[in-house]
Parts: sequence; structure tokens; C-alpha cells
Amino acid sequence: MAISFLLSLWVCWLLPAGGILRDTLFPWIESGSFHAQLSFQVDALAAVMLLVITGIGLLIHVYSLGYMGHDDGMVRYFAYLNLFVFFMLLLVMADNLVLLFVGWEGVGLCSYLLIGFWYEDHTNTIAGNKAFIVNRIGDFGFLLGILLLFWEMGRHGVWSIDFPELQRSAHLLAPETVTLITLLLFAGATGKSAQIPLYVWLPDAMQGPTPVSALIHAATMVTAGVYMTARLYFLFSLAPDTLAVIALIGTLTAFFAATVGLVQNDIKRVLAYSTVSQLGYMFLAVGVGAFSAAIFHLFTHAFFKACLFLCAGSVIHGLGGEQDMRKMGGLKSYFPITYWTYLVAALSIAGAPLTAGFFSKDQILWQAYASPTGSLGLWLFAWLTAGLTAFYMFRQFFMVFHGKCRVDEHLKAHIDESPWMMTVPLILLAVGSIFAGWLGTPEFIWGSPWDRWLEPVFGVAKADAHGPMAEGLLMALTLGLAGLGIFLAYLFYSRESDIPEKISSWAKGMPYRWFLNKYYVDETYDFLFVRPFTFWAIWFARIFDLRFIDGIVNGLANRVRGASLFWRQLQTGKVQHYLYGFLAGTLLILAYYLNL
Amino acid sequence: MIEPFVGDLSLVVFLPLLGAMVLLFIPRSMNRVLFTTAILFTSLTFFWSLRVLWRFQSDSGEMQLVERVSWIPAYGIDYFIGIDGLSLFLVLLTAFLGPIVILASWTISERVKEYLFFMLVLETGMIGAFVALDLFLFYVFWEVMLVPMYFIIGVWGGPRRIYAALKFVLYTMSGSLLMLVAIIYLAARNAQVTQVLSFDLLRLYNLHLPYEEQFWLFLAFALSFAIKVPLFPFHTWLPDAHVEAPTAGSVLLAAILLKMGTYGFLRFAIPLFPEAALAVQPFIVALAVIGIIYGALVAMVQPDLKKLVAYSSVSHLGFVMLGLFAFNLQGMQGALYQMLNHGLSTGALFLIVGMIYERRHTRMIDDFGGLWKQMPLFSALFLVVTFSSIGLPGLNGFVGEFLILLGAFQATPFWAAGAATGMILGAIYMLWMFRRVNFGPLSRPENQKLQDIGAREIVILAPILALIVFMGVYPRPFLSRMRFSAEPIIQRVESKKEATPLIFEGGRSRESQSHGN
Repeated sequence: MAISFLLSLWVCWLLPAGGILRDTLFPWIESGSFHAQLSFQVDALAAVMLLVITGIGLLIHVYSLGYMGHDDGMVRYFAYLNLFVFFMLLLVMADNLVLLFVGWEGVGLCSYLLIGFWYEDHTNTIAGNKAFIVNRIGDFGFLLGILLLFWEMGRHGVWSIDFPELQRSAHLLAPETVTLITLLLFAGATGKSAQIPLYVWLPDAMQGPTPVSALIHAATMVTAGVYMTARLYFLFSLAPDTLAVIALIGTLTAFFAATVGLVQNDIKRVLAYSTVSQLGYMFLAVGVGAFSAAIFHLFTHAFFKACLFLCAGSVIHGLGGEQDMRKMGGLKSYFPITYWTYLVAALSIAGAPLTAGFFSKDQILWQAYASPTGSLGLWLFAWLTAGLTAFYMFRQFFMVFHGKCRVDEHLKAHIDESPWMMTVPLILLAVGSIFAGWLGTPEFIWGSPWDRWLEPVFGVAKADAHGPMAEGLLMALTLGLAGLGIFLAYLFYSRESDIPEKISSWAKGMPYRWFLNKYYVDETYDFLFVRPFTFWAIWFARIFDLRFIDGIVNGLANRVRGASLFWRQLQTGKVQHYLYGFLAGTLLILAYYLNL
Repeated sequence: MIEPFVGDLSLVVFLPLLGAMVLLFIPRSMNRVLFTTAILFTSLTFFWSLRVLWRFQSDSGEMQLVERVSWIPAYGIDYFIGIDGLSLFLVLLTAFLGPIVILASWTISERVKEYLFFMLVLETGMIGAFVALDLFLFYVFWEVMLVPMYFIIGVWGGPRRIYAALKFVLYTMSGSLLMLVAIIYLAARNAQVTQVLSFDLLRLYNLHLPYEEQFWLFLAFALSFAIKVPLFPFHTWLPDAHVEAPTAGSVLLAAILLKMGTYGFLRFAIPLFPEAALAVQPFIVALAVIGIIYGALVAMVQPDLKKLVAYSSVSHLGFVMLGLFAFNLQGMQGALYQMLNHGLSTGALFLIVGMIYERRHTRMIDDFGGLWKQMPLFSALFLVVTFSSIGLPGLNGFVGEFLILLGAFQATPFWAAGAATGMILGAIYMLWMFRRVNFGPLSRPENQKLQDIGAREIVILAPILALIVFMGVYPRPFLSRMRFSAEPIIQRVESKKEATPLIFEGGRSRESQSHGN
């Protein structure tokens, strides 16, 4: 991993300003007019992803040495993890859609394997299956999108699925076609990046080892959908309707996931819903055409969310596998390093001033309002989500690290801060959670080297019509709300307090129960899809196939036998005799025709 | 250089038969010698088929390595064989699986001599059917396959073997009888027109019959092939035959015999009667897509591993049929490729099921669980095969499925979208099965002392797995050799497009077909 990180750095060094590195290995699938090469390209966008994948990947590998060191399946674990990195790099560096799809499904495979890593427990492997299958549902749309794009481009004489070629010719497509294609492709992104309606697999995916959750289900794989839309930004930009849908879905996902995150008690599930919510932010940015901001948030999110997950892992590790926050509390003194790194990362995600999350989230909120396709409504929901985020993150923070210690007595004696292999990555990530954001400050501070870096990919950002005053005002509003969220969390959870119970009983438990049960989405899907589907499958298998189709076949056979009682003597039951019969008949027919 | 007495292709066809003859002279008590001989001859066949591959000109769509000897001159029947890009890899696949299935039969202890004899005869029949270019010769090989398969199922099969074997034979027979009638009619018509009685396929390609005649002849051929494929709703013999057949029988049945059906469409039914094929395209496409979805749904709830794999075959072969009847290069190459993929992955699945059946004497999914702990190597290989069957990109299944969908999407976007749901369903039933067999706690005491796979079993699976990966990463050598033989067939169909009476307009978008390829 270290080697691959250094190689990535080298690649970025090699990368000429605004240029693209390409490398073609060999033609992969060729059939008539269809050509898919096994070839790679790295541009500014891919370079960012390379650094995230290999950099965070490296830290998480080191962390895993500590976390998984005692596990019997360590070899298997690292094999899967490296396979994952391979597919993820393939996805990012692919220079055509089909190769990207290879990486896309490949990371899905690794996700499946790693979620179900501890395969002896059914819940883990069921979660793994769910992840792969739900992703496949999205991929169904993605694949159709590729097919449609290929033939529609072919209609205009462009037989190619390479990104540069597509970019040159995208304008040839009819607007409605582009809308349909991009919607289909986006369906794939809702699967991989856990957006409404296909986000349901991600919270369950927390069954995997925690470093996996950090790498795959927070920092890298789940952002593949965002990357894909950014990679194809030239196509998505041509489809304003699709962008509107993306913005809407992104905002809704961000908001709803945040509300569910408010009441979860599993330390990792809170983070899972938070990831879904933050991915929603990224799609909101994509939806308002701010691709650079989306990738920026992807970048900063990789740091703070990986850090949060690894902190959670550190706590879980120290407590011998306990994940229920109600059985934690007051852990500050036991886990000093984890405590401080967690605090930094939580401040970052909550958007505290000068942290990474502050700058990237601010950009998205600003674009949601100020971009030509943005609106007050989008901003309002995104703004509310920012407040919710601050609240649930600090609810978790206080529940875990402050207040009375609710850990079992006999366990308490063994609690230890994690070894250096785990804490060093935490510290590095925490540092990143602050400084990663300084690459993309608003114009009135020192501008954004980030945007300039990505300019060759996405083009020059449009000048703002609004002044820095408006941006500053919105920023202040967000800060205020986030501060309020943190304060409420402190009020409710830092000491033993009965306010949460009071509120939930005051609201007659209704919204609380809805949040806690995740709006009953899993149950609804189960009722709407899984059950009827299983019913029909069983009906087809037990009744239709056996009784009806096979019944007709056997019935026909019996009828023939019944009608041929006269020929009973010939029914010797020996197939040899039948074969002679067939042969004789054949010869008769042959003789008949030859005499013609 | 002196012309050898028999051509390379004939050697590939008849080496297994020669082996079968040699077996007759070995005493029945010497099981090891019998097995060794069989492996020797099947391996020799495989090496000789590699020689055929080496001699094959990859840039030609013509018939190659043609051999022709007059056989029954009075009726214009020749021993006429040859190979092109359509049959090349099917022959190779058959020869490749030959030694593997013999090795997989090592545990058979009853009537070894007869068993191996039938296996070898079966191999000759299968390879012969793929290379025959004389319709009568094809029919002979076609029937030759049937007899040994009947015995393999009926003698070495499971408890309901007699029922399954009879059903298999009668079902296929009733189809092929119609085909025979059609073959004879076709030859007779040709004689009428050209005054030459011949069963030569290449010559019959040039016979142009009126649409009505084509239609009925096509139906006769198609029924026979559709049963073999099996196309929904002619599939019910398949699960019975698979469940009762011994492992090697199941492997050959799935990997090769089913391909006879799709190969038959490709070699005979479509090019001989292109207008009829065009006319029924919407029907076949619909049946294929129904088969994909239906097979997957039914597979999902099967409690028996072999039945699950059998129904998954119905689903996969639906893909192949869809690709063939897209009538464009992508679809056809994809279909050809998928035939090989299905042969490998489903063959491997049956081998794998056979391996745990030998250990536990049950195939019920519920009797397993948690096998990964006890048999990690076995489970890991199983995993690769499972994902090959699901069509994970990077493994072979994806290349075939993708090309098929690509082709079908051009021809009929909506049916192609329907077929693509098979991608989801495939993941559901395979992963569900895999989870219940290999994951979870190892709770049953019987499973707790299972042995992981040994050297013989690794030797069986390793070559297949290597091919699964290779064909996923580098399909070019395969696709490039298929291309030139597939193109003429598409052109035959394309050229008839305008002339065909369009009784079924719906579902075919003519506009989009005009460009492409």
C-alpha cells in the first residue's frame, strides 16, 4: 500500500498541468463496432481520487494491523482489502465506461466479501448479500445507461465509450436522450453511493470490520457514484432535468438520513447514516452543477469520516466489541488520543470554523443557494441538515466520552487505549480533517487552489453574481445552527438528563419512533417487493412448473400411451426397441421421398 | 509430404471411440487400468484438438480442415466434416472437459467398464455433431449422443433414474424426429430444384424456398433444438435429468448437450431458413426473456443444489437465445461466448456439487452451512465459480452477458431491459445459495469432519478456473476467431429483412437496425 501511495504521488507529480496521462494495455472486448480497451487515464480528477484511495488506504492498512492482528482470518482480510484497492483504482483510472463498470462491480464484490467477513454469523452474511443485491439493482440501470449511450452515440457515427471521445461528441445527443441516459446512470450511483431509494444496504453494511467501514463504506467506495457523475459531468451538464432530480434526491437523502441518525444507539450506525447524509450533500452539489465542490466535499469527508470510523473502531476494540452507545459513556480518560481525534473530526463534520468540513460544506450550501439551478428550498433543507449533523455527532460524542461510565464493571478493568498502529493513523487523519479544507477556501479568504487544480476537468467556475456579503451571511447562519446543535447535544447528553425522554413522550413518540425505525423503509420494501417476489417464485416452482408445464408434458405422454393400447405388444419398455422403431420409420420416410 | 490417412479433425472425432474400443479388451476387474486408458484417450483427444486450434486460420470465415468421403452414394450422403469459428471452441470445450469428467468419475465403482465406454462414445457423438456438415451425418451423431446419455442417467443415476432417463430420451426424440423429417424433405426439395440429391449443408444453404415452406421446416428444426436448449416452456426434462444423472453426466449435459440446441439454431435453423427466423424473432426473444426471468425465479426457491443449478441453466441459455436472435454481431458473438462460459461455469458448479455430494450424500442446501470453516479452499473456488455465473466483470460471464445485452438492446431495447433483470435475479439466487451452503455456523455434526478438497479435485477444478479468469480478462483470441464465421450468417438474415413478410411488426425497431455492426 505504501508503494502504491508513493506511486500515486509520483503520478500526480508527472501529471502535466491540465493534462491527461494515458496508458493502453490491450484491447479487451471487441465486437464489430464495439471496442473496449483495457486502458487507463489519469487527469486532475482521477489524481485526487488516487491520493484519497491510496493515502487513506495506507493509513487504514496500518490501522488494520492493530485492529485485526488477533483475527484468524487476517490473511484473508488483507487479501480482500488489497483486492478492493485494486478494483477501486481500476474504477478511478478507467478511461472508458465499461472498464469503469468492471471496477464498479469489483468493489461491490469486495464490499460483499468484507461485510460478510465474519461469515459464521448470519446477520453479517445477510448484510453482505443485501449490499451486493441492492447494488445490482442500481447497476441494472447503470448498464442500461451504458447500452443506450453506446447505441445513441453510434447513431451519430461515434462508436466509442472512451471518456475523451464521449466528451467531444456529447453535444450530438438529443436532450431527451441525454436525460434518460443520465437518469439511468444515476440509478447506478444511488445504489453504490447509498442514496434514496437504494441506501438501505449501507447501514447494514456496518456488520463488517470497522476499518472496512472506514475505507469502503465511508471514504472510498461509496463515493464512486459521485466520482462517476463528476467523470461524466459533460453529460450530466447537458441534462438539467436529471440534475434537478439529483439535487432533490441528494437533499432529501441528506435530510432524512440525518433525522434517522439522531436516534440510533449503535455507534457505527450513527456514522453510517451520517455517511448517507454527507453523500447526499455531495449529490446536492452535483445536482446544482458544482462538481468541483462535490469532489471537494468527497475529499474532506474522506478524512473526517475515516477518522470518525477509526475512532469508533478504537473504542469498540478497547471495549471488546461493544457497539451500543448506551453501554458506554465517560470514556474520555480511558481513550485520550481517541477522544481528541474524535473531537477534531466531529468538529470538522459539524462545520466548525476553519476545519475542513467547514469549507467544503459551506461551498455546497453556498452553491445550493447561489448557483443558477440552486434554490432557497434546497438551501433550507441542506441548512437544517447541517444543524442535525452537529446535533447527532455531538450526541454521540457526549454519549461515548462524557457523562457517567455505563460499561460493565469487569470490562472496565481491561479498557486500554489502542496501540500505536491504530492511534497514529487517527492523529494523521485528524490533522487532515482540519487542513484538507484549506485547499478550497472562499474567494474572500485566499480563494481556492482546489478549483484551479480541477479547472482543466470541469472548466472555469462561473463568477459569482452575489457578493461575499451574501456568502458570509449564509455562512454565519450555518455556523449559528451548528452551534445550536452542539449546544443542545451538550445539554441533553453530556450529563444524565431526562430531556430526550421528555421530548419524545411530548411528541407522543411518533417522530421518534419513525426515526428509530428508519421510517420503516426496510419493512416497506420487504412488504412491497421481497414478499410478493418470493411468493411468485414459490408458486412458479411448486405449482406452475411441476403441475402445469410438466403436467402437460407428462399428460401428453400418458395420453399417447393410453391411445396406443392397441400397440401394447410393442411397448416392451426397452429403449433399444424404440430406437429400432425410429430407425425403421426413418428409412420408410426416406424411401418414400426418394421414390418421388 | 504424404497425405495422412485420416485428417486431424477426424482423429479428434474418433479418438474417443477408438478408446472405447480399446476398453472392451481390458478385463472388467482392472478398474485403474480402465480409468487410465480413458483418461489417456480423452487427453489425447484434447491435445489433438489443440492441434486443430493451431492449424485454424483465425482470419477466415470459411470451413476449414474439411474432410469429405462419400458414404452412402446412392442417397448423396457424405462423410463431410469441417470446422469454423462457430464450432471451433465448442469442439475444444468438449475435448477439454473430456479428461476432466473422467477424472471426476473416479469414485464410481460399479460397472466401470461400461460407464467409461459410454462416456467415450458420448464424446465422439458430441464432437461429431459439432463438426458434421452433412445433415444426415449430423443427425446420426445427434442420435449417437442420446444413447450413451440414456444409459449414463439410467444405470448410474439416482433413485428416479429410469423416469428421468426415459423422459430425457422420449422428449428429445420426439423433437428430433420432426427434424429428421424436415431434413429429408429439405434434401428432396433440393433434389427437385437442382437435380442433385445431397445432404451437404453448404449446398443446402443456397436453396431458396418460399416463405411458407421455410416456416414449417424452421418450426420442425426449431422444436428439436428448443427442447435441447431448453427454451421455456420445453425445459421440464432438464431438472429431472440433472438431478438423477451422476456428476459427470450432469456436467456434460449442461456444458455440451444443451449447446447442441443453440448451436443447431446457429448452424442450421437460422441460416437455412433466414426469413422464417426473422418472422419468429419476436416470439423466440419473448420466450428467451421469459426463460431468463422464470428460470431465475424458480431456481431461487429450489431446496436441491442440482435443481438450482439446472434452473439457472434455463436462465443462462435464455441469454444465449436472446443473443442469437438479436441478429447482430454483438449478440451473436456474445451468445457464442456465453455458450462457452456457461459450459465452464455451470460445468464447474456441477462438479462442485458432486464433490460435496460424494462427502455427504445429500444435495439439500439445508443440510449444509458454514462449510467455509471446514473446507476453505473448496469454498474459495466455489466463490469464484459463483461469481462467474453471476457475471461479475473481470470473469468470463460478464463478457458474454454484456455483448448479448448490447446486441439485444439494439434489436429490441425493451426485451433487453427485461433480460437485464436477470442480472439482478442471478445475483439473488446464487448468493443466497452460496450463503446457505458456505456461510453461517458449522452447526451440523456431519459437516464438522468434512475433508477439504484433495489433489485430484484441485486438478479437476484448476484448469476450469484458470479459463474462467482468462476468458474474462482477455476474450480477444476467442472473439476474433468467432467473428468471421458469425458475419455471413448475420448477412444472410439481414439480406432477407426487406423481403420478409412482416407478420409481427411489434418489438422490432427497424430504424435502429440499419446502422451498426
